[in-house]
Amino acid sequence: MSRIPEGWEAVIGLEVHCQLSTQSKIFSGAAIAYGAEPNTQACPIDLGMPGMLPVLNVDAVRKAVTFGLSVNAEIARRCVFARKHYFYPDLPKGYQISQYELPIVANGHLDIELEDGSTKRIGITRAHMEEDAGKSVHEGFQKSSGIDLNRAGTPLIEIVSEPDIRTAQEAVAYLKKLHQIVVYLGICDGNMQEGSFRCDANVSVRKIGAPKFGTRTETKNVNSFRYVEKAIEYEIERQIDVLEAGGKIIQETRLFNPDTGETRAMRTKEDANDYRYFPDPDLLPIVCTEDYIDAIRASLPELPEAKRARFVKDFGLSDYDAKTLTSSRELAAYYEAVVAASGAEPKLCANWVATDLLGALNKMSKGIEESPISAEAFAALLKRIADKTINGKIAKDVFEAMVAGEGSADEIIKAKGLVQVTDESAICAAIDDVIAKNPQQVADYRGGKDKLFGFFVGQAMKATQGKANPDALNRLLKERLAG
Amino acid sequence: MSLSPEQVRQVARLARLQLNPEQVAPYATQLSNILQMVDRLSSADTANVSPMAHPLDMVQRLRPDVISEPDRRDDYQAIAPETQDGLYLVPKVIE
Amino acid sequence: MHTHSLPELAAGLREKKFSSRELTQHYLNRIAALDGDINAYVTVTPERALAQAAAADALIAAGKAGPLTGIPLGQKDIFCTKGVRTACGSKMLDSFVSPYDATIVEKLDAEGMVMLGKLNMDEFAMGSSNETSYYGPVKNPWDKTRVPGGSSGGSVACVAAGLAPIATATDTGGSIRQPAALTNLTGIKPTYGRVSRYGMIAFASSLDQAGVVARSAEDAAYVMQAMSGFDPKDSTSVDRPVDDLVSGLGHSIKGLTIGLPKEYFADGMAPGVRALVEQAIETLKGLGVRFKDISLPNSPLSVPTYYVVAPAEASSNLARFDGVRYGHRAEGAKSLGELYERSRGEGFGAEVQRRIMIGTYVLSHGYYDAYYLQAQKVRRLIYDDFKRAFADGIDLVLSPTATDVAFKFGDKSDDPVAMYLNDIYTIAANLAGIPAMSLPCGFVDGLPTGFQLMGNFFSEARMLNVAHQFQQATDFHKQWPTEFAS
Repeated sequence: MSRIPEGWEAVIGLEVHCQLSTQSKIFSGAAIAYGAEPNTQACPIDLGMPGMLPVLNVDAVRKAVTFGLSVNAEIARRCVFARKHYFYPDLPKGYQISQYELPIVANGHLDIELEDGSTKRIGITRAHMEEDAGKSVHEGFQKSSGIDLNRAGTPLIEIVSEPDIRTAQEAVAYLKKLHQIVVYLGICDGNMQEGSFRCDANVSVRKIGAPKFGTRTETKNVNSFRYVEKAIEYEIERQIDVLEAGGKIIQETRLFNPDTGETRAMRTKEDANDYRYFPDPDLLPIVCTEDYIDAIRASLPELPEAKRARFVKDFGLSDYDAKTLTSSRELAAYYEAVVAASGAEPKLCANWVATDLLGALNKMSKGIEESPISAEAFAALLKRIADKTINGKIAKDVFEAMVAGEGSADEIIKAKGLVQVTDESAICAAIDDVIAKNPQQVADYRGGKDKLFGFFVGQAMKATQGKANPDALNRLLKERLAG
Repeated sequence: MSLSPEQVRQVARLARLQLNPEQVAPYATQLSNILQMVDRLSSADTANVSPMAHPLDMVQRLRPDVISEPDRRDDYQAIAPETQDGLYLVPKVIE
Repeated sequence: MHTHSLPELAAGLREKKFSSRELTQHYLNRIAALDGDINAYVTVTPERALAQAAAADALIAAGKAGPLTGIPLGQKDIFCTKGVRTACGSKMLDSFVSPYDATIVEKLDAEGMVMLGKLNMDEFAMGSSNETSYYGPVKNPWDKTRVPGGSSGGSVACVAAGLAPIATATDTGGSIRQPAALTNLTGIKPTYGRVSRYGMIAFASSLDQAGVVARSAEDAAYVMQAMSGFDPKDSTSVDRPVDDLVSGLGHSIKGLTIGLPKEYFADGMAPGVRALVEQAIETLKGLGVRFKDISLPNSPLSVPTYYVVAPAEASSNLARFDGVRYGHRAEGAKSLGELYERSRGEGFGAEVQRRIMIGTYVLSHGYYDAYYLQAQKVRRLIYDDFKRAFADGIDLVLSPTATDVAFKFGDKSDDPVAMYLNDIYTIAANLAGIPAMSLPCGFVDGLPTGFQLMGNFFSEARMLNVAHQFQQATDFHKQWPTEFAS
C-alpha cells in the first residue's frame, strides 16, 4: 500500500475546511446557497463596504461546538475572533475573521481504522470558526480575473490535525472518518465537489529515527479523497527525490493538479506571511456556558462508531454489515425502521438492505434518501418472508417489481399470485411428477450422486412456479427420493 | 525605536501603499518620532495586567440564522470601478 | 431663526411661526452665502432636505410631530447616507455613493429631522485640525486664520457659524470635544456602545463613538436621546434602555462630587485656558458642587497608548480600501500588486498613510508584544484609574478639554507628534470607554475654550444635567462669532 521507500517516513498533518450548513452567512444575513449567480449572495457586510459590522450567527457556534463534542475535544468556555490580514481580491476586507489564540475547539482526537484492522488515534489540535473567502474566476477573461464574493462569509470550521499521520492511506482514512462524522452530525453537507469539505495537506519527510521533522510543504484545496491520496503520495516521492539528490525542501504552498497528478509551487501569496493577527474589535468574546455545552451534548446524535457497535451487539450483525449499514445516518435509520416495522430477523433485514436494496440503488446511482421504496414498504416485504407468505426467491421478484414501481409487496404478491404453496399434497404432486419425468437422475441419485438433490429442488420449485415453501419442499423431496 | 527608510519601505509594502521616493525620508523621521513617543509605554509596569481589547465587559450577542439580505447586486455594483457579468474585475490573478 | 435653540425651533414649527421648509431654506441660503469661506460642508443636499422638510411639515400639520420633527441638521461625512456621497474626507471615497444608511441616519430621519448635507472632516477622522481632509481645511468661524479643531471640524464650524442648528460628529480620541472647545460649542461623546456604529465608517473600532456638537447641553440632549439605543446590527451596541436625557436636565446638582485629576492640571496648559477652567470650577462650586483632588496616575500614558491602539485598528479597518469593489482605483494597473499599491498610495493622504504604517508596524511579527499587547495592558491601567475614582464616590471628573485655544493653519501640520498632543486630555475617555463632553467656559483674546466633564459608564444624563445647570448660570455658550450672528 505504501510506496514510501525503505528508511524514510512521512509526517503528515491535515487542515480541513468544513463549511457549516447554516442558512445564512457567519456574520451577515446573506444566503449561502451554492451555485447562485455571481455576487447575488454578497451583501455590504460580505463586500467589506465601509461602516459594515459583523454579527455572529447562532447556528454557526452551535455547529462548531457540536463538532468539538463529537471528537472528544475541549470546548473553550471563552473564545475570541481575530483578524488575519492579507491582501487578496477574494478577501474583501483585507482580513479574514478567524480565530487565533483562543479557538472554540481544542485537544480532540479521532480513531481511524488501518487496513490491517488495527486502530490508530489521530490528534485534533484545534478547530476554529472562520469566514470563507470568495472565488476568483479566470476563464473567459484575457487580462483580468473576475471576483465572485458569494462564498465570502460562509461559515467554516478549520479542523487542524496533529502531525500524527504517516501515509497517504492513513490521511484518507482520517479524512473519510471526519467526513462521515460531520455529515452524520448534520453540520456540513460534505459535498467535496462544491468545496464544502476541503483539505490542505502539510507533508514533510525524514529518515526514520531522525529527531526532528523535515521542512514541510502545504498542498492546498485538494477536493476528493482520491486526490488527497495522490497529492500526498506525489509530494512524499518528490520530497524524498529532492533530498536524496542532495537538495533542500523549501517551505511553500503548493497546488495539486488533478490532470497530471503532480503538485507545483503557487506563485501568489508570496509575501512573507505576516498576518498581523489581533482580536477583532468589532466582535466580543464568545462565552459557552456549561449549560449550553451540556444541552448540545445531550442532543448529539449517536455517532457511527457507537451505532456500529450497537448493531453488532443488539442485532447480532457481522462487523462488516454493521459498518455498511452505519456508513450514513440515513441508511442506519432506514435499516432500523425496517427492523422495527417488519418484525423480521435483524440479520435477514440486514442482508436485504445491505445487498439487495443498496445494490439496486447503486445501479440507479441513488442515495438511500432517494430510495423508491420507503422503509415501511420494504418492511412489508420482509414481513411476508417472515410469515412465510412468500419465500426468499419469490421475494426477490417482488422486490424487483417494487423497485419498478408496480405497487406494494402485498399488491404485487396478490396480483401475481405469488403466495407460497404450503399445502403438502400439492408439493407432493409436483415432486412425484418430477420423479416420474427423470428416471435416470433418480437412479443416479439413489446410486450415491447426492449432488443431484439440487437438481430435483430446482425442478420441483419450477413446477410450483417457485412458490413452494422451501423447507417443506426439501423435506418431502428427501422422503420421496429415499424411495 | 526608530525606523530606517528601508523599514518604511517594507512596512509600506506590507500595507500595500505606494510611496513616492521623496516621501520615504520624511516618513522615516516622522514615524520614528511617533515610535519614540510611544516607547514611553515600556515604562509602565504591566506584570499581571490582562490586556484590554475592549472597553465593554460584555459577551458576543448571537444573531438568529435567518436570511435577511436580499440580492441587491446591481445597487452594490453601481459604484464598482470595473465589473463584467456580475463579477468584479481585477488584473489577472496568477496562482 | 438660526440663533434659536432646538426647543425654540420646535415651538416655532409647532406654532406655525415658520414651516420646516422655510427653516430649511433659511439654512440652505446661509450655507450658499457663507460656507464658501468656511468649507464646513463637502456635500449639500438641498433636494433631499426640502423633501424631508415637506414631509416634516405634513407631520406637524397632522399633529404627529416629535421634538425634532422638521429641525435641520448636518451629518458628518463619516456616516453612510443612502444615495448620497459619503467620502469620509478622503479621495479614496470621493466616488462612494453609499447604498445604505447608517443606523443613526435612519434614526434621525425617523425623528423627522432634515439633513442639510454632509460635513467636512479630517480624512477618515484622523487629525485634530481638519487640515487632512481631501476637501480642504475647514476654517474656524471665530478666526478664519485658525483651525476649527478636528476631526469633526466641519461639524463644529457649521454649528458655530449658524449653518445648521446642530450636527452629528464622531470621537475616537477627542474629535468631538476638542473642536467643540475651539469653536465655543457643547460636544458630547457618549459611553462606548451607546450609539450604534453601524454605517459609521470605522477608524478605530474599539474607540469610535458617535455624538453631537450643539449650541447647548439642552440641544445636545434632544439629539443624543434620538441617536442613542440598542442596535442589533452592531455587536458592540449595548442592549440597555436609554435614560431620559432631556427631563434630567433640570435636576439640582447640589451635593455632586467632581474629581479634579492632578495629572490634568499639570504643566502644559496655556495660562489663559487654566484661568478659565478654574473660573468654571468656581461657578460650579457656587451651584453646590463639591470638588475633590484625585489622581489618575496612568493618564500620562494615554497618548502613547492611543497611538498604538488607534493606528493598529485603523491599519486593519482601512485594508478594505483596495480599488476593487468601490472607491478610488488607480488607472491602468498591470498587476494586482500594482492595483493595490497605487490605489492606496493615491487614495490616502499623508496622515492616513502614516497611521496605517504605524499600525501595520506595531501589529507585525516581532513587535506585537512590545507595542500592541503592552498598549492593551496600559489601556487597562488607565481604565482601572477611572474605575477606582468612580468607586471612591466621584460622580464626574473635570479637566480642561484642550491645552490652548485654536492654533493657526500650518502650525502643527508638519509635526505629527505635536499634533497628537492636542488630544492629551481627551484620549483617556475613549480608551476607558466612558462618556465625556466639552462645554464653553470663556474666551482668551476673543478665542473660545472649553472644559471637559468625564463620567462613569452611562452617566450621560448626569453629565448633561451638570452642563445644562452650568449653562443656566453662564452665557459663554450664547456668544456668536460676530460675522455669523446676524
